[in-house]
Amino acid sequence: MKKRSLWFSFVVLLGLTSYFWTNSYRPAYAMHIMEGFLPLGWAIFWWGITIPFVAVGIRSIAKKLKENPELKSMLGLSGAFAFVLSALKIPSVTGSCSHPTGVGLGSILFGPTAMSVLGTIVLLFQSLLLAHGGITTLGANAFSMAVVGPLLSYGIYKCGRKMNVSVAVSVFLAAMLGDLGTYLVTSVQLALAFPAEIGGFVASFVKFASIFAFTQVPLAISEGLLTVIVMNLLQKYNMTELNQLPTMKEAR
Amino acid sequence: MRNGVLFLFVILLTIIPLIFIENAEFGGADGQAEEAITEVAPDYEPWFHAIWEPPSGEIESLLFSLQAALGAIIIGYVIGYGKARKKYSSAKE
Repeated sequence: MKKRSLWFSFVVLLGLTSYFWTNSYRPAYAMHIMEGFLPLGWAIFWWGITIPFVAVGIRSIAKKLKENPELKSMLGLSGAFAFVLSALKIPSVTGSCSHPTGVGLGSILFGPTAMSVLGTIVLLFQSLLLAHGGITTLGANAFSMAVVGPLLSYGIYKCGRKMNVSVAVSVFLAAMLGDLGTYLVTSVQLALAFPAEIGGFVASFVKFASIFAFTQVPLAISEGLLTVIVMNLLQKYNMTELNQLPTMKEAR
Repeated sequence: MRNGVLFLFVILLTIIPLIFIENAEFGGADGQAEEAITEVAPDYEPWFHAIWEPPSGEIESLLFSLQAALGAIIIGYVIGYGKARKKYSSAKE
């Protein structure tokens, strides 16, 4: 992408953000953990854990792009995939809606920490423009969706390939379990911050997990299938780029 | 062909809950979590509020569809670029 057009879109985005910023206050119903719904201590704690992953991710992205500038389009696609999937609120069997995370694809292509950066950007966008999630809870939300989810996806994909499971099945399992893992971590985070008076952490965890995890099972399957579809298309048409990714070498 | 079948499954997974679960609200799972928090800790007061919120559900869905559309453009562009490149580079050889 040309530098000038990049700057232009950045300025436009900044302008829009600050325009929206100056508007009203109201309580938010939001994705993942809602703004203000984590006690200060926990909010800081999760921020502290997430920041190193993002920092490592920024360095790894910079290094990969320096070696292979052509990978920019692949990186854009990984981010765009997470962007699209996290915008899809899909009805589920529990009678409520939730959305996939879309971080599995990018973690398989670029490694888990690169996706920590992109996932955090997606969450930041949603918290500023949509009031979904929040700035104070961004650390916690990024930890579940952009740190643990990608790590799980990446590990499962690697394991699958080592055990000679086909690329498609490995990708499916990686994306699906990464998605489920994200929501389980969210339940853990909420249960840690809000242990029940009777039954403590475990009772709270069961409560939150039964809200998130059960809703999420069919959506995780959807996410797995969608990730496989995009991966199939990439393998068909974009092998040039895939071959430049160290993580994808063995997929040939 | 194979992708078509996979996509069909995704659509089925989305439609089945709508058909078989009647009287469901299909609100956000996060809203339910908020309710659960107020049950577990009735005294908890959110200490920080969203800096900006979409003024209405319509604006919110506008922003959501913008988000999905922008992402879809990029995905389509990258895959379309690859497809055309493959077509014309093999035609030359």
